[in-house]
Amino acid sequence: MNSFNIPTMAEMTAAGQTPEVLFWVGCAGSFDDRAKSITKAIARILHASDTSFAVLGQEESCSGDPAKRAGNEFLYQMQAAQNIAVMNGYGIKRIITGCPHCFNVLKNEYPELGGHYEVQHHTQFIRELIEQGKLKMADGAPFKGKRITFHDPCYLGRGNGEYLAPRDVIATLDAELVEMRRCKQNAMCCGAGGAQMFKEAEKGDREVNHERTDDVIESKAEVVATGCPFCNTMMTDGVKNANKEGEVIVKDVAELIAEAADLL
Amino acid sequence: MTSQFIFFLLLSAGLFLFTRRILFIRKNILSGRDVDLSDQKMLRWKTMARVALGQSKMTARPVAGIMHILIYVGFVIINIEMVEIVIDGLLGTHRIFSFMGPIYNGLIGAFEVLAAGVILACVVFFIRRNVLALARLKSPELRGWPSLDANIILVAEILLMFAFLSMNAADGIAQGRGLDHFVEAGSFPVSQWLMPLYSGLSDGGLIAVERGMWWFHITGVLAFLVYVPYSKHFHIMLAFPNTYYSNLRPAAALDNMPTVTKEVQLMMDPTADPYATPAEADEPPARFGVKDATDLTWKQLMDSYSCTECGRCTSECPANQTGKLLSPRKIMMDTRDRIEEIGKKRDANGGQIEDDGKSLLGHFITEEELWACTSCQACVQACPINISPMGIILDMRRSLIMEDSKSPESITSMFNNIENNGAPWAFPAESRSDWTNEL
Repeated sequence: MNSFNIPTMAEMTAAGQTPEVLFWVGCAGSFDDRAKSITKAIARILHASDTSFAVLGQEESCSGDPAKRAGNEFLYQMQAAQNIAVMNGYGIKRIITGCPHCFNVLKNEYPELGGHYEVQHHTQFIRELIEQGKLKMADGAPFKGKRITFHDPCYLGRGNGEYLAPRDVIATLDAELVEMRRCKQNAMCCGAGGAQMFKEAEKGDREVNHERTDDVIESKAEVVATGCPFCNTMMTDGVKNANKEGEVIVKDVAELIAEAADLL
Repeated sequence: MTSQFIFFLLLSAGLFLFTRRILFIRKNILSGRDVDLSDQKMLRWKTMARVALGQSKMTARPVAGIMHILIYVGFVIINIEMVEIVIDGLLGTHRIFSFMGPIYNGLIGAFEVLAAGVILACVVFFIRRNVLALARLKSPELRGWPSLDANIILVAEILLMFAFLSMNAADGIAQGRGLDHFVEAGSFPVSQWLMPLYSGLSDGGLIAVERGMWWFHITGVLAFLVYVPYSKHFHIMLAFPNTYYSNLRPAAALDNMPTVTKEVQLMMDPTADPYATPAEADEPPARFGVKDATDLTWKQLMDSYSCTECGRCTSECPANQTGKLLSPRKIMMDTRDRIEEIGKKRDANGGQIEDDGKSLLGHFITEEELWACTSCQACVQACPINISPMGIILDMRRSLIMEDSKSPESITSMFNNIENNGAPWAFPAESRSDWTNEL
């Protein structure tokens, strides 16, 4: 795959251009090594489909979600005000993001504070690209016949009612989509939401991600597809904990697509 | 005449006690913060029709769901018979609607079948609760009164339905014997099986059973009416308004606190004069987040009175499933218990709410419970009447952070990182787009 440059909004604006969409990367996607490969897969998909896009680069700041869910409304609203000022300054209309937590905040909680955007989760955008014929799977079909299960992120599924987009996208892989015992609106949380990602779990018998990994193992899936960088971390740890690393692969939907479209 | 007078007294006492209790609860609910839920009326009616009237979320658990629908349909429809019972009681008549002939007979027959369904479902529920002892019906927060309350309701419903059927059985036999006042009316598809129990009685004995069961039934119903709003069983009434006022936004969306928005605007506005007198002094000094029950919205307080402690929220809660202290059901029960306590103290104190040195957060709900929540909304999804325990949990975290500055150390570092680097981890903001060089 050839390397390519991703312009920032500042660069584009300086060049007098306006991209169609802003790719909101999110903190995990920017800094976490595992999540960065998801980010890169999304970027490759956008690039390969000739999507006109840019990132905010260093002008992007935490959406405020973990602060808000931990109770720090001040910090959240400071972050929101700052991000909205930046995005409105660039006249952003459409955003796609790989993080359901950012997705939820940008889509549902920023409008009241003055940030009105059309926000899509990357799986929704990828589905559009496939439907419009802008993204085609390569001949190799690396996931043909594989048992893939989708772990619904709370903030995409139950929180925002999107269960189909990721599944429609997985359906293009020619794989066998299997559902876990608890799925869609009854899906079990990975344990990272509500700022849990940033703290030790409270005292209990078990870790939430270990419990959820049992569902994966029970489904006999060979691949767990995720749609959230935090779920990805939790499920990867869970699979490791269950000593199933050789048998179960944890990958974001974007990574599966990038691989199947031969973009990696 | 005497019996009519006694009936009138009983009915009046029942209605008086019921109304008094309802007004007390109403006052408690309205002691919460105001929130405007007067929008989207059409969608609200539809939600109520689907979720409460149509029981759409109950069958997520098929056994409990179907049994519940049996009781629900039985309760609603058999109550039509209450109209006749009340009129008969007041006028001293007997089966005043029997002139309707076949329609009447059909209705009585249907009531009997439904009554049998109610008994069946109540027996199944009683066994699930006490013999099979399902985990969600045996959680620690149910010890004592809540468990007793549940069993009282089940036994009361079984007894009331048994009395109704026995009354019909005795009436049916009396009709057969052509006794005075016992007009040929009704059909007895279920109570015919009870007739052998009473068929050996003398005429006098039979009338005693019929009247006894009639009185036991109506007295029981009135007692139940008064009992319900003191009980978790109050959901039979509040489920309707509570689903009408459902959250219509996506489950993951939280409100943006308007008081904070004002402060942030002031901080971000370089031209603002921080010493200027606020333009409008319309709001009382705000307390950030929820510390006590009166900091909750009236809808959240209504949620707490609507909760029937079924525990679906708790059994779906990932924190609870993995042995953490958090139980969303307990959050609702604590909320109700606390607002009850505040209401009683208020009324004893001439209508004034005074600080009693206690609060919902701290004396009822602990920080450990609050910090176990993953905000996954499974509790909200699981609730058959759209209660949100999660909303209360997150509102209380706001109080912990913004009023008391109390958070686990790692959460404090996360806040600091966001403030300093614009990310929850301690990575320098300059490295945010490093990944673009790796393509």
